[in-house]
Amino acid sequence: MESIWAYRNLLFEGTVVTVQLAVGSLLLAVLLGLIGATAKLSPSRVFQNLASAYTTLIRGVPDLVLMMLLFYGGQQLVNDFGDFTGWWDYLEINQFSAGVFSIGFVFGAYMTETFRGAILAIPRGQIEAGIACGMTPMKIFSRITWPQMVRYALPSFTNNWLVLVKATALVSVIGLHDLVWNASTAGRSVREPFTFMFAVLVIYLMITAISDVGLRWLDRKYSVGVRRV
Amino acid sequence: MDESNSRTFWEYLTHVSEHHSPLDFVLIWDHIDRFLWGTLLTLEITLFALVLGGILAVPMAIARAYKHRWLNFPIWCFTYVFRGTPLLVQTYLLYYGLAQFDAVRESFLWDPILSSAWWCALIAFTLNTAGYTTEFLRGSIETTPAGEIEAARACGMSPWTTMRRIVLPSAFRRALPAYSNEVIFMLHSSVVLSTITLQDLLGAGRWLNGRYYLAYEGFITAMLFYMVLVFIISRGFKFWEKHWLGHLRQRQTEDEPVTLKAG
Repeated sequence: MESIWAYRNLLFEGTVVTVQLAVGSLLLAVLLGLIGATAKLSPSRVFQNLASAYTTLIRGVPDLVLMMLLFYGGQQLVNDFGDFTGWWDYLEINQFSAGVFSIGFVFGAYMTETFRGAILAIPRGQIEAGIACGMTPMKIFSRITWPQMVRYALPSFTNNWLVLVKATALVSVIGLHDLVWNASTAGRSVREPFTFMFAVLVIYLMITAISDVGLRWLDRKYSVGVRRV
Repeated sequence: MDESNSRTFWEYLTHVSEHHSPLDFVLIWDHIDRFLWGTLLTLEITLFALVLGGILAVPMAIARAYKHRWLNFPIWCFTYVFRGTPLLVQTYLLYYGLAQFDAVRESFLWDPILSSAWWCALIAFTLNTAGYTTEFLRGSIETTPAGEIEAARACGMSPWTTMRRIVLPSAFRRALPAYSNEVIFMLHSSVVLSTITLQDLLGAGRWLNGRYYLAYEGFITAMLFYMVLVFIISRGFKFWEKHWLGHLRQRQTEDEPVTLKAG
């Protein structure tokens, strides 16, 4: 217990990195999810197929494999491209951005399905009513689709977020100094790996519990006006 | 494939690798055995963990569904912890963590089991999948139509017979789509194996990249192997669902969305 207290700063810094990584990936995933859902629901065959290829690919490949491909391969690809075009000399993909891009890319596929389902759940008549009132597509999105989409998407979104948080642990494998990495380093140096890994377990449970409270609050906020039976 | 045919294939591969492709196919072909062994290890641990985890999950799900007075809360704690934390951390805790305790190191379990990466991974994976399976199986036991149970009682079945003949078979069927997600997720999660010194499929890819200092070859090959495995598994489950869930199928079929397992 004393050793945990002695290394509290290291654990805290690691937790901050983990949370930043999770939030960064979530933002990217939501963005990709919105684009993907739009593409899947668009009338264009090309966009539909592209989006399906994306979700199929992600379902087939583990996240750590993509992360390593991006971290080691992406580095080389970016620099080869820079050499070829002469646009930049040397760019470094650090562990953090490799983590955000790969986790965001993976969960973007799951968000695509979440948002697609949520948009399909909105009664078509409401959108037609919006058109009949002369709303622009932007206005229909912000006033009709979005507020209800959030409500329909929340349960699945919550689920995705909880899985995403756990996926961030993998970034320690490519050397990002996140919670898991810091804790295993500290655990090795004081020869108490169990104590430190157990602390990591507890911190992850705390993150889960806190986000549970936050998401429940969001759920109540967006379900105002819905009759509960 | 006869001799002349395989030589032309080989020449073709060498030619493509040297002249046209950013990937060195010859190198991949030379080390394909490592990938095949890796696939075997990945499948082996995933399959054992799923079977053992499934066996553990059934009684736990029943206890949870019927809210057993003593068992409900401990099982809830178990599933909450294993579903709320990363598998990587659970595996590290077991493999690197247990050595901290002298009592564990001196016990009879240490030498054959707890000091070996293979066994630690199997235990961690089994408990993890048991946690997830318990929860969705509980859900599908709880949603058994009341009429079916009443009918069983009216026929004079004992609670045990009702469970064996009515509740479990229909709960397993309804859990099948969730279970196919769980299987695919377990396969995805098995990449954790390569982080505790085991040569699984990703481990083979990492080895190839590290050995020849290459960026793409190992990971892309591993990626393709994983895609093929997932494709075969989801085809298998589609077939199975058609067979066992035919009576529940909707008339209009939609393409199935990608969903994550509950948690």
